Amino acid sequence: MLEIPVIRWGKPYESLETTEVVHFNTGEPIAKVSSATGGMLTRDMRKAGEARKILKQFSIEDLIAKVGKAADLFETQTLPLGNGTQTPDEFVMHQSASTGLPEHMCRSNMQKNCFVMRNMTEILECLTRGLPLDILSRGYGMEDRGVVVSFQAQTSILGAVLPSNSPGVHTLWLPVIPLQMGLVLKPGSSEPWTAYRVASAFEQAGIPPEVIGLYPGGHDVGGALLTSCSRSMIFGSQKTVDQYSGNPSVQVHGPGFSKIFLGDDCVDNWEQYIDMMVESVYINGGRSCINCSNVYASRHTKEIAAALAERLGPIEALPPEDPNAGLAAFTTEGVGAAVMNMVQQDLKADGVTDCTAEYGDRLVEKERCAYLRPIVAHAANPECEIASKEFMFPFVSVVECPQDKMIKAAGPTLVGTAITEDMNWIGDLTDATTIDRLNIGPIPTNRLNWLQPHEGNLIDFLFRSRAYQVPQDKLAMVSG
Amino acid sequence: MSNEVSLDAAVAQAKDRLDQHTVEIVQRHFHESTGCPFWLGKKAELKFDPLTEIKCYDDLKKFPAFEDDWLRGGPVERWRMKDHADRPTYVFETGGTTGVPKSRVVVDDFRTDYTLFSKTLPDEYFPQGGNWLMLGPSGPRRLRLAVEHLAQVRGGISFCIDLDPRWVVKLIKKGWMEHLEEYKKHCMDQAITILTANHNIKCMFGTPKLIEGLCLALEERGTSLAEVGITGIFSGGTEFTPQWTRFCVEELFGGPPEESGIYMTPTYGNTLMGLACSKPVTAAEKYKISYYAPQPRAVTEVVCFDDYNTKVGFGETGRVKLTTLTPEFFVPGFLERDEGEREAPFETYPWDGVSGVRPFHETAATTTVGVY
Repeated sequence: MLEIPVIRWGKPYESLETTEVVHFNTGEPIAKVSSATGGMLTRDMRKAGEARKILKQFSIEDLIAKVGKAADLFETQTLPLGNGTQTPDEFVMHQSASTGLPEHMCRSNMQKNCFVMRNMTEILECLTRGLPLDILSRGYGMEDRGVVVSFQAQTSILGAVLPSNSPGVHTLWLPVIPLQMGLVLKPGSSEPWTAYRVASAFEQAGIPPEVIGLYPGGHDVGGALLTSCSRSMIFGSQKTVDQYSGNPSVQVHGPGFSKIFLGDDCVDNWEQYIDMMVESVYINGGRSCINCSNVYASRHTKEIAAALAERLGPIEALPPEDPNAGLAAFTTEGVGAAVMNMVQQDLKADGVTDCTAEYGDRLVEKERCAYLRPIVAHAANPECEIASKEFMFPFVSVVECPQDKMIKAAGPTLVGTAITEDMNWIGDLTDATTIDRLNIGPIPTNRLNWLQPHEGNLIDFLFRSRAYQVPQDKLAMVSG
Repeated sequence: MSNEVSLDAAVAQAKDRLDQHTVEIVQRHFHESTGCPFWLGKKAELKFDPLTEIKCYDDLKKFPAFEDDWLRGGPVERWRMKDHADRPTYVFETGGTTGVPKSRVVVDDFRTDYTLFSKTLPDEYFPQGGNWLMLGPSGPRRLRLAVEHLAQVRGGISFCIDLDPRWVVKLIKKGWMEHLEEYKKHCMDQAITILTANHNIKCMFGTPKLIEGLCLALEERGTSLAEVGITGIFSGGTEFTPQWTRFCVEELFGGPPEESGIYMTPTYGNTLMGLACSKPVTAAEKYKISYYAPQPRAVTEVVCFDDYNTKVGFGETGRVKLTTLTPEFFVPGFLERDEGEREAPFETYPWDGVSGVRPFHETAATTTVGVY
């Protein structure tokens, strides 16, 4: 069995406490992972400043090239992992076995990570909006328009408390190393795989291992990470979001509540957009924050809900290795039933119709896991509880709501796709601060253009743009 | 062979002593002239007469399981022994973050327990006459007075800081982690102020989290526990795991006692029990921590999850069951909220021990542990 150590600034540390990562379907142990402690992480963070010093010995361009090489290694090579090695196929199998995601989705997430690593120049250009990268390295410089600018690094490292069940989120921290900052990660208990494989690929590609720490462990490790890293990100529930909102040191990623808005000018042609809606709800097992959880329209909502139910309702739970599998398993005992119970409570409310009821039982319980087949609900108005819900499986409520009330009723929205050509309403949607990413036109909510900043720009989080004045006769000194 | 024989003899002797002690304690608690109102009242509900039918420790199984709710609420005097009615009495509490805490009345027990515990501490690291720092929960807990007594028994004086664990639990439940950090810093600042004020403090009590916090805070200031003069630490709690001990010894202290000059001994206990001591913890044994109760005043057993009257085999896992048998307090068969592995007797403690103590798996998810 694989034994995976804590990594303390590149050095493996075998803990006396370990946890087993097991196959969700068979219960068979896959790996034994060493557990760090909060104190260990806190103490190691004393040396966090070294990471940036080490990485600044390389140019950003050099680091980008190394990360690009790491993408190839990540995707195609057998890489060291703990006391053994891991092939790309094993990575997919391991990730699927511990998270319940179908294998083809794991492969697809793998591709997504590789895309970001391979296209780091473009990604950074997008994140910095074209800033010359040496300005981030030196902290100051002159833009093409002849203005002195300064971007001051706010940290030497980025810490991240990673989730167990959403392997798609890793793209968010991948640009950190090229920005000459170290990484301190607490991998999710069921998904240590991506963090360890990326770290291994980075090392093989020539990035010094001393700039990366991997600290699997309990809640105390997460707490210590968030306390001792001056910039960190955490992935969690709405409770986590509420807990860290307003904390400038923590970027918190929670539920997305992503939505599709059908404008009055286009809603009569709703049938044209059903494929787009189905993809937005169903892709990646409905597990991402960018999956659509509500469709808003002022009319035809019952027909839209029925059409979505017709497409999504018959979908069955298939084994993870089946290329047609579209649903992810709930791997923790009792969670599938508990989620179903929550949905059922909401479905019983006045004004709510369960549109997938006629397509058979939604809860599929297996010996060691459970699946939830897609659920489509119709809500007669946005006040129905179900209109503000998001679940970790393909779930959507189609909400009847007048267009002029939609933005306010919809609330926080990570990705909003608006089908409209009404310029006044487009203006209102553009101004809506509750919508993070806005798509105008029939773009599925899940299709992120990586050349657009995502949910909290990493550059704004890690650097501070500040005044930096230099006398006219010294301008040449800062122009690089 | 002779060692085995002598250990067997010691085990048998300890069992005889426990049986005899059990009978004496039960006689005290159920006799009209000495017993407390609670047990004298309970006696009427029992289907047997404790005065005639408890003849050895195993006979305690005749009692129904002890319910911790019996310890909640008043009047607290119902636990006061009749022949202690005119003695100065303390009340100590456990739990109590929400609802009514469990309480225990005490006259001398905490002093007796800690006097006995004192005899287990090596003078080399816990020097007689050395002063102490008590870095743990205060308020209604008995620990503050107990550590103070321990210091006094050893000829020293105990310095204390104020720490309210109930507030700490509330901070965690509310998710006020910034407040939690600030409160921790507030405690550390007080501790460091005392440690660096020339008070000849050599020994301390600290919970694992606070010891860790103190070491890290001292490091932050460019010093260490050894530099501020600490040589002996006693600590306790389910957070006291082998890995934590290893981290503490190897990294925070700078090595085992012979290298770092700091000796740390784990203990296991609470307000209801005395203080269970540990076998010496060493790197050679992978920092395994095995506790032994202060028999015959208290007994810990590791019992089956589905039958609390049957002990598990040595090395097997079960729930920790506690029995307290002091002249002031009688608790037969209290099920702790912990589980662990049953450990075999050895020369120093020729009775059962328990290792790997951790929160009982059925209640672990709802229990906030290691909060201070």
